[in-house]
Amino acid sequence: MTALRYLKQVSTLRLNEDLCIGCGLCAQVCPHQVFTLENGKAGIIDLDACMECGACVNNCPSKAIEVHPGVG
Amino acid sequence: MKPFDSGCCGGSVEQGKISGSLLIQPSMEEFKKTEAPIDPLKDHDKPGYRLCSFVRGFLKTDVGLIPRVKTDLDKSDLLSTVMIRAGIKRHDYRISPGLYAVGTPDKYSEVLVTANFKLTFDHLRRELNGLSAWILVLDTNGVNVWCAAGKKTFSTHELVNRIKTVSLSELVTHGRVIVPQLGATGVSAVEVKKRSGFEVVFGPVRAKDIPLFLRNNRKADERMRTVTFSFFERLILTPVELKLIVKPVLITAIVLFVISGIGPGLFSISQAGSRGLAAVFFLFAGILSGAVITPTFLPFIPFREFAAKGIISGGIFAAVASIFFSPPMAGTTALMGLSLLTVTSSSILAMQFTGATPFTSPSGVEKEMRRFIPAQAVGLLSATGLWIYSAF
Repeated sequence: MTALRYLKQVSTLRLNEDLCIGCGLCAQVCPHQVFTLENGKAGIIDLDACMECGACVNNCPSKAIEVHPGVG
Repeated sequence: MKPFDSGCCGGSVEQGKISGSLLIQPSMEEFKKTEAPIDPLKDHDKPGYRLCSFVRGFLKTDVGLIPRVKTDLDKSDLLSTVMIRAGIKRHDYRISPGLYAVGTPDKYSEVLVTANFKLTFDHLRRELNGLSAWILVLDTNGVNVWCAAGKKTFSTHELVNRIKTVSLSELVTHGRVIVPQLGATGVSAVEVKKRSGFEVVFGPVRAKDIPLFLRNNRKADERMRTVTFSFFERLILTPVELKLIVKPVLITAIVLFVISGIGPGLFSISQAGSRGLAAVFFLFAGILSGAVITPTFLPFIPFREFAAKGIISGGIFAAVASIFFSPPMAGTTALMGLSLLTVTSSSILAMQFTGATPFTSPSGVEKEMRRFIPAQAVGLLSATGLWIYSAF
């Protein structure tokens, strides 16, 4: 979604590239195309598009992703 | 923060496990009636049950009789959609969890997983015209897939249990289920595989992309995987926003009438009536601005914070409303108070809408609330003060 953007630099999404095994599931389940997959590793390319839904965290097999949306 | 879409029908007929041959053909009952008009509503009625109008008949399979559903929506479906969208009894529109069939599926057919919210189920089946597939409905308490996934009722646990209770491994041989992508917040593909042996393939965000997704060998492209929030998608959410605030609005209106009666003679009922009407008019301007116009025109209103967007559109509404009540009908102080009421209520309601959108992060909403709630409180107090002061 490019037309509608929410606040900048607020997402608590963190990716630990050392733990990433490059399976690409995060990029597959993300509804806002926050991730990219390059050279066998996932990367965050659009942090501000993240809505902290937790789909990536829930599906990462190597626990390389964290998000702490609080009580929201 | 996210409000839950919820939602119709009583249960379908029980799906007890009945052994028999894996049959793709229509059941005997239906077979006999191929010449006579089929009326499953009548012919499958059981004491104490009422058949859902979307069931066309039953398929006899190794795991029991499975209801076959229609892929076209009838009048009662449209009525339930209107009721849900209007927010009327939206928690009552749920269907019985378990297995359903569309077309004439067999052991090679795909299994589409969904939630037991009637609106969600209707959205899915109407896109499956001409396809043969199984539908596995999870119990999400009548809540849509995404919200239920966030609440973890559309979950790994529920999917694994449902796969077991319906004996899915005896129904299909491919060992695969298709889960809507937005279910990924609650369903972990890795965990499901570990605990049930079934492979989870994440499908498209929208049900209407399912036929294409299946033709593409179960591959969802970027468009299919991306959430949208179009003008129409925003507009259709506004009736529920209004329904949710009926009670607080009524209470606010009563309070407005009461404080409008305060004046030089301590309290005047006639003044409460006339000034009260003016105040309620400005309140309604704020509601229209914050709960309808701001959500609908979201990307066209400046600022990222919803509360700020609400202030902008509320300001425009206050200016327009003021034209109707310009002096000598009301003084400047009175108009300032009333305008502040419109702007503040618009801001509050616009901020409320952050819970209904598919792109606001909880951390962002928290930051916005911390900044704007104090300002909104000051706004309301000042509006009240100015309005009462203007009566003297």
